[in-house]
Order: sequence, then C-alpha cells, then structure tokens
Amino acid sequence: MSILINKNTRVVTQGITGKTGQFHTRMSRDYANGKNCFVAGVNPKKAGENFEGIPIYASVKEAKQKAEVNTSVIYVPPPFAAAAIWEAVDADLDLVICITEGIPVRDMIEVKERMRKHNKKAVLVGPNCPGVITPDEIKIGIMPGHIHKKGRIGVVSRSGTLTYEAVGQLMELGIGQSTCVGTGGDPVNGVKHIDVLRMFNDDPETDAVIMVGEIGGSDEETAALWVKDNMKKPVVGFIAGVTAPAGKRMGHAGAIISGGKGTAQEKLEVMQACGIKITRNPAEMGKTLKAIMK
Amino acid sequence: MKIHEYQAKEVLRKYGVPTPQGIPCFSVDEAVKAAQSIPGKVWVVKAQIHAGGRGKGGGVKVAKSQDEVTSFAGQILGMQLKTHQTGPEGQKVRRLLIEEGADIKKELYVGMVVDRVTQRVCLMASSEGGMDIEEVAAKTPEKIHKVFVDPETGLKDAEADAVAAQIGIPPASVPQARAVLQALYKAFWDTDASLAEINPLVLTGDGRVVALDAKINFDSNALFRHPDLVALRDLDEEDAAEIEASKFDLSYISLDGNIGCLVNGAGLAMATMDTIKLYGAEPANFLDVGGGATAEKVTEAFKIMLKNPKVKGILVNIFGGIMQCDTIAKGVVAAAREVNLSVPLVVRMKGTNDVMGRQILKDSGLPIISADNMADAAQKIVAAVSGK
Repeated sequence: MSILINKNTRVVTQGITGKTGQFHTRMSRDYANGKNCFVAGVNPKKAGENFEGIPIYASVKEAKQKAEVNTSVIYVPPPFAAAAIWEAVDADLDLVICITEGIPVRDMIEVKERMRKHNKKAVLVGPNCPGVITPDEIKIGIMPGHIHKKGRIGVVSRSGTLTYEAVGQLMELGIGQSTCVGTGGDPVNGVKHIDVLRMFNDDPETDAVIMVGEIGGSDEETAALWVKDNMKKPVVGFIAGVTAPAGKRMGHAGAIISGGKGTAQEKLEVMQACGIKITRNPAEMGKTLKAIMK
Repeated sequence: MKIHEYQAKEVLRKYGVPTPQGIPCFSVDEAVKAAQSIPGKVWVVKAQIHAGGRGKGGGVKVAKSQDEVTSFAGQILGMQLKTHQTGPEGQKVRRLLIEEGADIKKELYVGMVVDRVTQRVCLMASSEGGMDIEEVAAKTPEKIHKVFVDPETGLKDAEADAVAAQIGIPPASVPQARAVLQALYKAFWDTDASLAEINPLVLTGDGRVVALDAKINFDSNALFRHPDLVALRDLDEEDAAEIEASKFDLSYISLDGNIGCLVNGAGLAMATMDTIKLYGAEPANFLDVGGGATAEKVTEAFKIMLKNPKVKGILVNIFGGIMQCDTIAKGVVAAAREVNLSVPLVVRMKGTNDVMGRQILKDSGLPIISADNMADAAQKIVAAVSGK
C-alpha cells in the first residue's frame, strides 16, 4: 500500500499540449509503472489527437468515461488553472493534483468554496506543488523520480526542492519512502499537513513520517496538535525560514510572516511540545529520523 | 504589490467609500496650491511612503494656516522618514497628500485579509482605531470582531450591520457604515487585494463615516488582469536589487548579513539561509533561481548578489531534479569569470548529474570550494568569510 496513489492509479493530464505538461507527462510515463497509469490528456481543441500515443479527450468527463481515469494532474497556465481544477472536481475524480504556480488567490477561494458547498469527493493536492510520488510504482508531478526508492517512510512538505533534500538524506542512509506528498506553497490550497498525516497514520506500509514546513499560516501547528492526540507513528519535523524577515514573501506566495504570526520559531515550539522530534538543522532531517527508528 | 495611501483612497472612492478631499503633490508649490483649493481652516500634510507608522515618525502634520502648510510640506518632502516598518535607514519622502481636516468624534479600525484556515476573505473590525491592529489583537483580542465572507454572496447587510454595531457605530450612522464595509469588500474582491485596511475609519461630529487613512496590497499573481493597478506601482518605494532580479524572473530579497545565497527552490533557499545562521553567520539575501535556471540566469543572479557591498562570500546550493547540476555548474563557472569573482565561493550540488557538475567546477581552475552537504557547505563558507 501507500497513500493517495499507487500502480493502479489512472491519470489524465490537463494541459498535456503545453510544453511543461508534455515534458512532465513524458517523464512520469517513463517512471516505473507510468506507461499503464498515464492514459489520457485533455484539450477541447485537440480532442481525437494524441500525445505520443496518449489519447487526448475534449473534457475530463469524457476522459473518465472512455479511459476510466480516477486522478488528474494539472499543468494549465495560472489564469485558467482554477477552472481546470473545478472541471476535474466536477467530474468526480478521486484525486486532483495541481502543479501550476501563480494562480490568483481569489480564484482558489472561489473553487474551494464550490468544492465545499457541492460536497465533492475529490481530494485536491496543491496548487504550486511538486506533486505526489509512490516510489517504484508511480510519480505524478515534477519531482525527479530517480532520487527515490520504495520504503516505509512518508514525507510531507509544502516545498519542492526541500522535499527532494529530505528524500536525498534518507537515500544516503539507505531509507526508502512509502509516498512523498508536496502540499504546495500557496496560501489557499488543497490538502494540508494534517490531512496527509492522517493518511500516513492509516497506511500499514508507512512506519514514520518526515514533516517539512515553512513560515506562514498555521497548518503545521494544527497538524502538530492533531499528532499529539492521534498519531500512532513517530514524526520528525523541520520548519524553513528561521532567518526570514517579517512581512516579506519568501518565494512562495504563502511563505510570509504577517502580523507577527507564522514564524518558524513558533511552529517549531508547538511541534516539539506535541511530541514531534524536531531538528533545526535542515541537513539533519534524515539523521533525526534514523535516530528515532532504532 | 503595494500602493500609496492617496492611490488606495482613489480606489476606495470609486467603490463609494467617503474620504476627505485631498490632492497628491510632488513639490512644496503644489502643496500650497492644493491647500488653497481645499476649503477649510485646517489641512493635513501627509508623507506618502509605502511603510506604515508615518505619523509617529513625523511624517503627518496638521497645519492650521497656509504658512504652516508651506513649512510642513518643506520639512516632510525629501526627509528620510523612519518608521518601525522602514528599517533604520528610513525611506525618502517624494510625494505628499494634502487633505482637508476632519472633525473626529471616534476612531475605528476595519481591515480585510485572506484567512488561510477558512479560505475566505476575513473582515476584521475594532472600536480601537488608529492603533496597530496587531497590538489590539495581542492586548485586547475581544475587541476585534470578524466575519468570514461567503464569496458567493459577498458581505451581507445583516453581517455588516452587526459588525458596525459591535464597534460602536450609533444606529443613525449604521446604514453609512454598512455601505462602507460592503464597498471595502467589493473593492477587495474586484481588485484581487491581499490586504485592505482603513485605519482609522472615523465617525465625524456630524455622524458621517469617513476613511481617514487607507492601505491596499494586491495579489501579485493576479496583476495580469489589472493593468490599471500595475500603473500605480512606485518603483522608488521598492528595493532596487529586488526590481532588477524580477526582470530575470529571479526571486530575490535583500537581508542584512554578509553571505550571499543562490539556491533552487523557495523552501530550500530558506533552509540554506537557516543553515548559515546555525553555523554562526547571517545570509545577505534570499535568492531562488527557480526550476528552469539557465547559465545566463545564474550569471545575472551573481551580479545582483555582488552589487551588495556587504557580501563577503557566496554559497550556491542546488538540488538538481529536472534542473541538471552540470548546467548549473557551467553557469557558475561562466558567472565567476564574467564578474571576476573576488570573494570565496562554496558550491554544494546534489541530484541529477552532480558528479559531472562537480568535475566542471574542478576543471575550471577557479578557487571554488566544493561541499558534500548543506551543513558542510555552510560551515565552509562561514569559515572562509571569517578568514579561518
């Protein structure tokens, strides 16, 4: 097992005809079981055509009917990405992973409100995220597949390369991963740390979790409080941005300390108080995990 | 993106928020003429800079005669205004707002932000106007009233009326306050704002509700649909290095330390800064070269970092994924040559083609210090900069 995705997941790519979508669809298809997983693309103007053998449909609904997809990955440009999310959600897919960076916050507020009001079943990951990978089975997103291997550690993070850093450290210690989830760097998004930790807690093939956070918002604190009362597995945590100044957006739209709230220090303290084994040294995420697994 | 108070008031006026009569000015002459055209016996001379706390720093003065307008405008225009948001060097005042005086009976606070937990726009209102809302939140949180606005309905009459009553608006003025709150919400929503504040919102002696100050920040991701707002950008108020970096699609933020950092990815860039601090030094900047960095982009990044005279060393930290380490290595070598690099450079590369990348650095003959991991890299650059 694993969480969110496995070798039986069937994926439609929204934005398959753009440069980014094509590049990453190719990389994902060539990873592990990708050939059987990446079975459809969407573009209403190019319906009936194909991308390197992957059929293109007019809509996500049509892709669902004809190619039996249950998951979507979105590379659509920012002005149209929220509409693409809604199309996938409205087609009642199980999982929607939005890679696109730069979506206006207002668009996300609207789409999230609709998802709640219509009580849709789709789980949204992202936007502005690297995607999700279950090593040696399937990768959906832009992370480099070859730095991962199958194992029993879950990784959840708001950031892209910092997740790869955590994975790289695990690999140096010979430790594989069950699933790695990037929740994204935007202030209004889909799954948060708490949601992913819940899934790892219920996954019999995950033994422990590395949780990587950053400044801004209160997702890490919320997750930590949940861990304290519910998590049956060890969690290691790191928060990026101890040196970040207040009031400045640090690259990610959501990485900002506003009104003195959302500092790395505050998050680390709450996490530690909730029983999460924290490290203040990002070079020691892997080591810290190995130490508690003995 | 931030705009000036007078610009924010123009935006709010379009949505029907009453503001004092005012005229933006760029010189003392203009200020005097402005005051002559605004009826009344009292004028307010207000420095226009993007930072808050202008009043406490001496950037807002009440003039009781035309002579005082002349004198205050002369004092404020061109001054280095220091507030808690400008840093110790302050910000030069290049624009003024001359406004009619107001008969203030009561000062209130209203503001809007995007609430990340409810994922809705949050209206915050308080009877404690004129103060920092963070201070009110810390000392008397019960005095802040919130409404999480349903985006499908907007701010409802009943919600606005309830908030108005909670912050002490007398019943006769509640319809006016409702109009102001709803206009503020509509302005926030329509302009893709990320923050909008009226502090203070005042109740005048004759029962009117007026925005005495205004601040609006916009979501940078949404500026593509607001060319009219982009035109309000004032580059004088922004960091020159940050503007330069944005031309090359680099995400750069100036900091106070002496070690320049060049990293791919925002999270890893922050973590790299943190590691430098952990080993006893301070980062000079945040710099994310992004996922698709080219040799040219790396060169520009080096130039921008080195324009900062405080930089005594550079740390490059790359986790190659889709981006390949050999490409970056070529960029680093080209950049080091082009800028005649004279400060120590530590490079840590990991991931796709890292062995090739390290070989390129080694073969370059440049005095580049190679590091195995983030901790090693930070230790090496800190040691090099402190001359050990």
